Amino acid sequence: MELSSGSPGRVVAIAASSGGVAALGEVLRALPADYPWPVIVLLHNSDAYPGSRLDQLLGRACALPVREAEARLPLAAGIVYLAPAGYHLLVEQDLRFALSVDQKVAYVRPSADVLFDSLADACGAAAVGVILTGSNEDGAAGLTAIRARGGLAIVQDPSEAQAPQMPEAALRLASAEVLDLAGIGVRLAALPGAPA
Amino acid sequence: MAEGDAEEREILAFVQALKRLHGYDFSQYAPASFKRRLRALRARCGADSIAGLGRRLEREPAFLRQVLSGLSVPVSEMFRDPWVFQALRRDVLPVLASYPRIHIWQAGCAHGEEVYSLAILLQEEGLYDKSQIFATDFNDVALEEAAEGIYPAASARTYAENYLQAGGRGSLSQYFHARYERIKFEESLKRNITFAGHNLGTDGVFAEVQLILCRNVLIYFNDTLQDRVLRLFRDSLVHKGFLCLGAKETLARTPVERDFECFDAQARIYRRGSA
Ligand SMILES: C[S@@+](CC[C@H](N)C(=O)[O-])C[C@H]1O[C@@H](n2cnc3c(N)ncnc32)[C@H](O)[C@@H]1O
Repeated sequence: MELSSGSPGRVVAIAASSGGVAALGEVLRALPADYPWPVIVLLHNSDAYPGSRLDQLLGRACALPVREAEARLPLAAGIVYLAPAGYHLLVEQDLRFALSVDQKVAYVRPSADVLFDSLADACGAAAVGVILTGSNEDGAAGLTAIRARGGLAIVQDPSEAQAPQMPEAALRLASAEVLDLAGIGVRLAALPGAPA
Repeated sequence: MAEGDAEEREILAFVQALKRLHGYDFSQYAPASFKRRLRALRARCGADSIAGLGRRLEREPAFLRQVLSGLSVPVSEMFRDPWVFQALRRDVLPVLASYPRIHIWQAGCAHGEEVYSLAILLQEEGLYDKSQIFATDFNDVALEEAAEGIYPAASARTYAENYLQAGGRGSLSQYFHARYERIKFEESLKRNITFAGHNLGTDGVFAEVQLILCRNVLIYFNDTLQDRVLRLFRDSLVHKGFLCLGAKETLARTPVERDFECFDAQARIYRRGSA
């Protein structure tokens, strides 16, 4: 099902770095096969998983189809999209993906700041940004942009994160719900539609 | 969302001013990354708003250079995605070898990283002396740097690794001199390269060529501009000529899809069909 632009449907974007594969697996496992929103997953070190290894790894952990996000393709509900290695991933106003090879942001490409900023612009209050384990500060500014547009921000509890820096940096900048991985799974699985 | 809408209006006005004053049309760029670059340019110039950038452009024509540099993305690497250059070396150059003269167009050449990569490839395959490479970009500042062929020494290691993975027959260091913090490619590599300004958004067929390399440029264009450029490429290629796109770019779902056949799916190399 394609989402029409301007619809109050949610778009969930989850960013993770070191320790991210296990954490992502745990969160995605909680989502049901009929999940009504698209889910975008951005992992910094995804080039450590050549070819479709990461799709397969995460695909085994969850009930939803997992595939790489492609430029110009519309976001569809119930699919987990992976940000390709080496490119920034953005969401356009018409809810289609875009890629760029612009300079690294926060020392990384793909950068969660770039993805979240674009999501804040494209989806406003319907955007959901999630920050998991990671040992850098990417995503904090982007999460702030999502909050500024009335979207939802969720951050993994730094005390249980394998690498707490990324959640900590996010919490320094943005007001967010702080949950453990199991809690994030439950929260996302039961996520209501966006306020109209 | 009111704040966002105001920004959208300022962006629109800026794009119109740029077109009216200087003839550069950015209205058909993919909006999200374009907006990001414009915001970065605003911050770098210390302007208080995007409208402020527009006012500066009105009073200060020389500001154009800085604007174009900020809006273009001359980010590249030598032998980026080495398997692509390996495929060009292994599968495409042997076909080109049958032509008496080889003409290649590299569109969106940034600082020239891929042009010198191509020159080295042709040289090692013994084809360079009968080749001519046209390297074009719409960013004059980038073109000037491309013509210099000077890069930070810190990049040399990645370039050299890419070169070997791309099937390099020697060592990349035989092609450049290291001086201070820079590496400079040999003058002789430039002997058959022509650097020229060309705007894919507004200019026409550049030359008739057997290979077009245009990687990581179409991702910046909206569908309309992408389709225009793809038609331009189709019309610039000889029968059975090759088109090589970026690793995340495709002819699938475009109007020229039927005019090409897929030659190497992984390397995104297409071949002009008879259609
Ligand atoms: C990301 S670089 C690609 C460099 C190289 N081909 C690569 O893949 O590594 C994109 C280049 O496209 C150029 N470009 C953007 N719009 C253009 C246009 N309308 N006409 C010509 N070149 C353009 C930019 O100036 C920039 O140098």
